[in-house]
Amino acid sequence: MSAALLAVENLGKQFGARWALRDLTFTVAAGEIVALVGPNGAGKTTLLRTLATLTRPHTGSVRLGGLALAEQPRAARAAIGFVGHQTFLYDDLTAAENLHFYARLYDLPDAEARVRAVAARVGIANRLEDVTRTLSRGLLQRLTLARLLLHEPTVLLLDEPYTGLDQTAADWLDQILVDAKRAGRAILFSTHDLERGLALCDRALLLRAGRIVHDLPRGAWQNLAGFMAIYARVLETNR
Amino acid sequence: MKFVRQVFAITRKDLLIEWRTKENLSAMIVFALIVLVIFNFAFELQGADIRVLGAGVLWVAFTFSGILGLGRSFAAERDRGSLEGLLLSPADRGAIFLGKAISNFIFISAMEGVTLPLFAALNNVALPWFPLIPYIVLGTLGFAAIGTLLSAIAASTRMREVMLPILLFPVAVPLLMAVVKLTAGALQGSASSQIAWWFNLLLAYDVIFIVVAFWVFEYVVEE
Repeated sequence: MSAALLAVENLGKQFGARWALRDLTFTVAAGEIVALVGPNGAGKTTLLRTLATLTRPHTGSVRLGGLALAEQPRAARAAIGFVGHQTFLYDDLTAAENLHFYARLYDLPDAEARVRAVAARVGIANRLEDVTRTLSRGLLQRLTLARLLLHEPTVLLLDEPYTGLDQTAADWLDQILVDAKRAGRAILFSTHDLERGLALCDRALLLRAGRIVHDLPRGAWQNLAGFMAIYARVLETNR
Repeated sequence: MKFVRQVFAITRKDLLIEWRTKENLSAMIVFALIVLVIFNFAFELQGADIRVLGAGVLWVAFTFSGILGLGRSFAAERDRGSLEGLLLSPADRGAIFLGKAISNFIFISAMEGVTLPLFAALNNVALPWFPLIPYIVLGTLGFAAIGTLLSAIAASTRMREVMLPILLFPVAVPLLMAVVKLTAGALQGSASSQIAWWFNLLLAYDVIFIVVAFWVFEYVVEE
């Protein structure tokens, strides 16, 4: 592990009178995978969307590498890759056209080569000319991940990335994330698939009601049952 | 150059999707033609009448069918979730606005390109293409710019189909007054000095609202 690529300090976000996130402080280092775990409404999606610059925080600060999110949002966006609940793809364009469009928005040099390389990496090289609306759920998720990786972001933010994936596709996603970790990227993801998420991550942040109630290193649990025991205890004491 | 490439990418994407689906433009053209035909039957415009009332008929057709296209501009992006993809990118918000405004301008101009000859044919009138075309282009430019901004606002509301006309028409009143007067002047063969004030108003409106829309777009689309 090396220096923190993602540093969050006292982050807070309000919806009306309710705090969706409150005083969140944590870091994610280069080459580290961190899982966000918590019950529904804990603030996982709001946190990821805030870090992705899709919504503004009310308090606190976020730094990506040397960039302050509030002061240099455009430069920070170039360093962020985000997968949310939607694909951000255009149904009426082909897979290649979608990737080329995002390559232009990110002003990537040698876009053609990048599109081909990333498509090969996620296993859709032979489906690039297919119109996006004709792709299956699994292929669509691969194309979404191709969009995520296209600009080689240093920080990957993934909100429930396993949703809708079968066993094979989920294994393949694990491999993509492990490769990203080896490449020194910082990865923060939320999941309800605890077994898979915990097998992959280096740390787990437990969220409840917008607060981090526990920051668990990998060694803190032996198996899923061990983690669930800790999880239940932590949630009970922070009720 | 990066900014221009991003503007071009967004416009190109919109045109490509429209070329494939033909959803917006066909609806706009059909609506404009229906308006023309209804007015033609209702008023039986001929000779001098068409030179007096024709400008109003034309701009009713242009603005109402233009709103159909403007309404879909950001509503479609929000519906498929792709607006967040645009906002997630490092592209300048101004580039996103200009890209969308240019594609809206092209769609409305294409609709007008079909509507104008039909208007001339239905009413048996020879149109003075110059200065009529420059006036229509300038009117469409301002309408597309302010319409794009307000379409982004309306798309984030629950009653967006209703909200866009409610927001757009009051703001567009000076533009519509100026361009209707200029179009009428062109149809009647008025001297340019007689309608210079309206031309200046149209130019000022275009400049002010394109600049304002460009600058405030960032605050409109970001949560």
